[in-house]
Amino acid sequence: MTAYDRLKIVRSSDRPQGHDFVEALFTDRFELCGDRRFAEDPAIMAGIGYLGDQVVTYIAIDKGKDLNDRMKKHFGCPLPEGYRKALRLMKQAEKFHRPVVCLVDTLGAYPGAEGEERGQGQAIAENILEMMGLRTPVLSVVIGEGGSGGALALASADRVYMLENAVYSVITPDGCASILWKDASRVQDAAACLHITAQDMVDFGVAEDIFREDFDRFDKMCGEIKTRLLCDLHALCAMSVPRLLEERYNRFRRIGIFEENGSIRQ
Amino acid sequence: MVKRFGLFSRRRVPRGVPFSDEEYEVTCSHCKKAFLRSVLLDSQFICPECGAYIRIPARDRIRLIADKDSFTEFDAGITSVDFLGFPGYREKLTKAKDATGELSAVVTGVMRVGGRPCAVYVMDSRFIMASMGSAVGEKITRLFEYATEMRLPVLGVTCSGGARMQEGIVSLMQMAKCSGAVKRHSEAGLLYCVLLTDPTTGGMTASVAMEGDITLAEPGALVGFAGRRVIEQTTGAELPKNFQTSEFLLEHGFADAILPREKMRETIALLLRQHGKEAV
Ligand SMILES: [Zn+2]
Repeated sequence: MTAYDRLKIVRSSDRPQGHDFVEALFTDRFELCGDRRFAEDPAIMAGIGYLGDQVVTYIAIDKGKDLNDRMKKHFGCPLPEGYRKALRLMKQAEKFHRPVVCLVDTLGAYPGAEGEERGQGQAIAENILEMMGLRTPVLSVVIGEGGSGGALALASADRVYMLENAVYSVITPDGCASILWKDASRVQDAAACLHITAQDMVDFGVAEDIFREDFDRFDKMCGEIKTRLLCDLHALCAMSVPRLLEERYNRFRRIGIFEENGSIRQ
Repeated sequence: MVKRFGLFSRRRVPRGVPFSDEEYEVTCSHCKKAFLRSVLLDSQFICPECGAYIRIPARDRIRLIADKDSFTEFDAGITSVDFLGFPGYREKLTKAKDATGELSAVVTGVMRVGGRPCAVYVMDSRFIMASMGSAVGEKITRLFEYATEMRLPVLGVTCSGGARMQEGIVSLMQMAKCSGAVKRHSEAGLLYCVLLTDPTTGGMTASVAMEGDITLAEPGALVGFAGRRVIEQTTGAELPKNFQTSEFLLEHGFADAILPREKMRETIALLLRQHGKEAV
C-alpha cells in the first residue's frame, strides 16, 4: 500500500473519528470546555476520564459526526483557542499529577483570518514549549492525520503511537505538491516523497510503535490500545519528574540528520 | 581574543570566518535600484533611494548589532543532508551554498552588544528561504544549550519560510527539539529576545520565533502562521492590507514593539543591560 493509499484511508469519513476513540478508550468521563481566554473550540474534545484504572486528562482532535458538527469543528482544524484549551487542561493535569493522553487527527491548524488575529502560531508554539516542560507524562496517538505544527502542538510527548494507516507530515502532501510543482494533483508523488507512513515514523524515531487497525472489532482493538497505553503510563508514572523530563528532552534532542565537518550525524 | 573572554573559550568547534568585505550589488526589491553592499551596510540595509527595508544577510545583521570584533561563530561546519532523496533538494542546497557562501540557513555564536555578552542566532532568507531543517534545528538547539550552561541571554533574529519540507517529518521535529532547549534556557531564568524580520512564517512562527520573553518586530515584516493564499482559498475571506504584518501583530497583542533599524543596536543593548549580565 502506498503512502497516498493510506492518506485516502485516513481521510475517509467512515473511519472512526476522535469522538469514537474517546468513547471507546475512556470510561466515566467528564468533558471540559473553553480556554478561559476567548472561546470554546469544539474541534478539541477534552476532559477527565479513566483509562482502565488510571485517571487521565484526555485531549482529542475531533473532525465531527455529521456535516453540521464538522462545520462547527472546521473538519478537525483547531483554532488558537482550541490549542489554548488543550494547554489549560494539560497544566491542570500537571497540577493534579494525572497523565495526559492526546488523540491527534487533523489536516493542520485552521488557516483563517481569525486564527491569525488570535495568534495561531503563538498558540502552537506555547503548547510545544510548555509540553517540553510539563511535569506529568504525556502520550499521543495519531489516529488519522498528523498535520504539521497543528498536530505537534498535541504530540510533543513522552511516547507517540501511530495507527496502522495513520500519517504524520510536516506539510499536507497537497500543500507540498502545489508549492513544489505548482500542481496540487501531484499529491501522490508528494505523499511518497515526504515519507508520512506509520513505519516511516518509527524509522525516524518520531513514533515508538504502531497499533494494528481492526475497525470491524473496534472495541477489541481499543482494548488492546488501552492495555498498551496503560503499561507505558505505569512505567512513566514510576519515573521521577526530572528523569521524565530528561527523557522527553532527549527523545526529541536526538532527531535530526545533518553533516558536520564532513561526517554524517544522526 | 578567545582567551581574553574566558566565556567563549570552551567551544569544541573551531571558529568560522565571521565576516567578509566582499563587494557586490544588492537590488532593492521595492524600487529595483541596485546598491553596493558597503553602501547598504552604512544604511543598515535601508534603501537609500526609497527607504524600504532590504533583507539583511545573517552575517551582515550580526555585524550591524555586535560590538566590533566581538562575534565568535559556533558550529560553522554543520550543513544539511538530502537523506530522503527528495526531488531537487540536493540542487537547491548546492545553489544556496554557492549563492550565499553559507553552509546552512542560520548563523550562530556569541557576541557582545554595548559590552554585554549575548548568544545569537540569525537566519538568512537567501538560503532556501531560511527554512528549518536538521542543520538549523541542531545549531539553534546547541546555541540554547550553550547559553543555558554559560548563563547567557539569547537574541534570535528570525526569518523563515517554515519547516523544510524536503526533510519531511524530521524537520517538523526540529520545532520540538529547539523548543525543548528554549524551555530549559527559560527555566534557568535567562532572557530570550526575538527580533522578527521579513518573512517569518509557518513552523518558525509556530515555535522558536514566538517563544521569546520579549518579541520585537521590524517595520512592515510579514509574520504569520498560515500563508495568505491558503487562507484566501480556504475561507474566501478578504484580508486586510496590513494582514500578518508586524503592525498587525502589535495591534493584536503578539509583539512588544516595532523596532526600526536605527534603534536596533541601542534597544538590544538596553534590554541586555536590564537583564543583568555585567559588561565585559
Ligand atoms: Zn528602494
